Amino acid sequence: MYTASDLRKGLRIMLDDDPYIVVDFQFVKPGKGQSLYRCKLRNLLVGTMVDRTFREVDTFKPADMQEKTMQFLYREGDHYNFMDTESYEQIHLMEEQIGDAKNFLIDNMEVRILLFRDRPIDITLPNFVDLVVTEAPPWIKGDTVSGNYKPVILETGYKVAVPPFIEQGEKIRIDTRSGEYLTRVKE
Amino acid sequence: MNTDWKLSRRKVALETRAALIQAVREFFLSRNYLEVETPQRIPAPAPEAHIDAFLSEEWFLQTSPEVCMKRMLAAGYPRIFQICRCFRRHERGDRHLPEFTMLEWYRAGIDYHDLMEECEDLFLFLVGKMRGERSLEYRGEKIDLGKPWGRISVRDAFDLFATISMTVSLEKGLFDETLVRDIEPRLGRGKPTFLYDYPAALGALARTKRQDKGLAERFEIYLSGLEIANGFSELTDPDEQRRRFEEENRRRRLAGKGVCPLPDRFLESLRHLPESAGIALGVDRLAMIFCDASSIDEVVAFTPEEL
Repeated sequence: MYTASDLRKGLRIMLDDDPYIVVDFQFVKPGKGQSLYRCKLRNLLVGTMVDRTFREVDTFKPADMQEKTMQFLYREGDHYNFMDTESYEQIHLMEEQIGDAKNFLIDNMEVRILLFRDRPIDITLPNFVDLVVTEAPPWIKGDTVSGNYKPVILETGYKVAVPPFIEQGEKIRIDTRSGEYLTRVKE
Repeated sequence: MNTDWKLSRRKVALETRAALIQAVREFFLSRNYLEVETPQRIPAPAPEAHIDAFLSEEWFLQTSPEVCMKRMLAAGYPRIFQICRCFRRHERGDRHLPEFTMLEWYRAGIDYHDLMEECEDLFLFLVGKMRGERSLEYRGEKIDLGKPWGRISVRDAFDLFATISMTVSLEKGLFDETLVRDIEPRLGRGKPTFLYDYPAALGALARTKRQDKGLAERFEIYLSGLEIANGFSELTDPDEQRRRFEEENRRRRLAGKGVCPLPDRFLESLRHLPESAGIALGVDRLAMIFCDASSIDEVVAFTPEEL
C-alpha cells in the first residue's frame, strides 16, 4: 500500500481498478492547512489523463505489473518495437505510451517493459544513458565561468543544457529521470 | 570532471540569496529591531493540526521559532527578528523543503493591519536594494511592489473566485482544496495581495476580531500566486490559547497523529504579552521571487535528495 506522501512522478498506482502512472505531481499546503497532493495521472490502459487531488489520509494499491527486460529494435512511424531478450518474442508500444523515454532511446538499448495482464503498457529506461552530441555551438574560449551552460542536440534529437566545454561528437551521460546532463563520458 | 554541475549552476541564485538576506537584516536593523537566536531544539512546539515536527531524542526540532520569540516579546523585547532553520515532516514539493529558512519578526504595540504596512515597506526596501526599482519580474509577470498592495478578505475571495462560500467550504471540509485550486492562483497578480481575516479555527495563535469572533486577525501574502508569509495579531489570553492548543491536539488525535505536549512556559508568559503582531516569512520562497525560480530547489545549495 502506498500513502499520499509516497506519490511522486513515475509512481504506478491502481485507481478505480485501472493502472495509472503519475505524470505530474505537485505538493501543496496552504498556510496552516492540510497537505494536498495534486496529481495528473495517465491511465496506462487507455492513455487518458485525469487530474486528481489527494489528501494525506488517502492510500493506494500499487499497480500489479510484470516487468521484462527487452531490447529496443527500431521505430516504425509511431510504433516502437522491442524484443524480449529471453523468448525473442517481439512487442510494440505506441509513441504516447513511450512518452519522454523517446528522447533517450537508441537502437539495441536494453530497457524494462511493463506488462499489465500480459499487455505491454509502459517502459522504464536505465537511470543513466550515454548519448552522442550531434550539434553543439562552438566553445567560446575564455568562457570558463562555472554555472554557464549552452544548449546542444543529441543523437536522439533531444535538446539539453550542458557546460560550455562540451563539443560536437562527444558522448555525455544523461539522467533519464530528470532529463539532465550529468557528466562527459571518456571513451 | 566536476560532477556537481547542478550545484555549480546555482551559483548566481545563491549569491542573490545571500545579498537578499543581508538586505533583510539591514531593513530590520535600521528600524531598531534586535536580531535574536533561539534554540532550534525545543521540548514542546505549538501544537497544530497539520504541522508535524521531527523528533530529536525526547524533544522536537522547531517548526517555527514562534514559541520562544513570543516569550521574549513578553519579557520586554518589543522589536525582534530572527532568520533561522525550521523543520517540518513530510513537506516536500516545488515550494516546500522539510528543512527550510524562516524569517520571523514580532513587534509590540501594533496589530495585523500595521504589520501589513511594514511588509510593504520591507519589500520596497528589498527591491530597491537589489534592483534599484520598485517592481520586479517573476516568471514573466511584472509585479509592482508600490504601496498599497491589494487587500481582500478570505470571505470576499471565496465569493469572488470560488463557486462556494467560505462558510459552505468549511462545513463541507473543502476549504483547503478550494483555496488552493480556485483562489490562490488568482492572488498577487501584477502586485502582491494580502488575503486576510481567516476563519478562527485556522489561526490557532491569532487574536479573533472584536466585532466577529468567528474570524482571526490573520493574513497571508501572495505574490504571483505564491504564498510567502503568514502574519497575525497575537493572541494574548493564556486560557484561550490553552483551549485552542487542546483543540489542535484533538484534531491531531482524530487524524491518527501524535499529540504534542503543551508548551507550558509559553502559555504562562502570555499573561505578560503586550498587544502585538508577528509574522513568518519563507526566506527560500522570497529568494525564489528574486531569483525568478520556479522551484525551491533552485535557491538552495542542497536539497535533501542531493545529500
